Amino acid sequence: MVDFTPVPALLGGVLIGLGASVLLLGGGRILGVCGITGSLLDNPSDDDAGWRRAFLIGLVFTGLAGSAFSPALVGVPVLAEGPSLVPMLVVGGLLVGFGTRMANGCTSGHGVCGIARGSARSLAATATFMVTGGLTVYVVHHVLTGAP
Amino acid sequence: MSVPTLPEPSPPTDAQKLRMRGVALLAGVLFGAGLLISGMTRPAKVVGFLDVAGAWDPSLALVMVGAIGVYAVAARLARRRDRPIYADGFQWPTPRDIDGRLIGGSALFGVGWGLVGYCPGPAIVGLGAGSMSAAWFCGAMALGMVAYRFTAGRAAP
Repeated sequence: MVDFTPVPALLGGVLIGLGASVLLLGGGRILGVCGITGSLLDNPSDDDAGWRRAFLIGLVFTGLAGSAFSPALVGVPVLAEGPSLVPMLVVGGLLVGFGTRMANGCTSGHGVCGIARGSARSLAATATFMVTGGLTVYVVHHVLTGAP
Repeated sequence: MSVPTLPEPSPPTDAQKLRMRGVALLAGVLFGAGLLISGMTRPAKVVGFLDVAGAWDPSLALVMVGAIGVYAVAARLARRRDRPIYADGFQWPTPRDIDGRLIGGSALFGVGWGLVGYCPGPAIVGLGAGSMSAAWFCGAMALGMVAYRFTAGRAAP
């Protein structure tokens, strides 16, 4: 446990839950980042485009503000340095974009909102992406690098 | 525009749309701040959680505990209300089966997530922070999302 940070993790988790709660109790919508992004790409000018854009602006703004505070808050991918980084990011991005739309949810929609509502579908989705994520990390960081 | 024969939910007024944008902006700022504070915008933290065989970092599990705990209360409150504060109704996901699309999509997502340590939320926050890695990832993610719509041959729900 090299980098276990329980207090910021729990505190950040509470804020994530609050953000999702604001959208639910205020606007009646589920906070799923991939759903919001994907729907905006699919329907850039429907009645929901405005609030979806506002949500994404909020996310981008926190990144901007956070990096002004401390650049260390936003790290780079561990994996790759040098020439393999960009192809890896592109493959990862394609898989995440395609997969989350196919599954109708990602870490926020299934992992947080769905599980909190007691959805069996979301629990199954979360278990699945945790397992394939774990296997991928194992292959990349242990098998391919030859580390134990 | 033709007059609908069946009663339909009326389209939101401009004032409703504006309030909804305010709600979504606040939600985005809180959610993004949570991701930043918890360390989830650092791919190393995410990969550290998924790396059970290595130097395992359980932080992500506590992030989920905190978020799920708060949201479970909010969802319970929401169930007791007829409508949210600033909109006409709750849009709950329609219940469906655990099917191949759900499992297959989640499996693909997990592979991409493990490969680079980004999921959609942290990547968009990283984009705002000016990370080139996040920018590459977000561009490819958008492409993947659009690609799914084309292969599925329909507009997303």
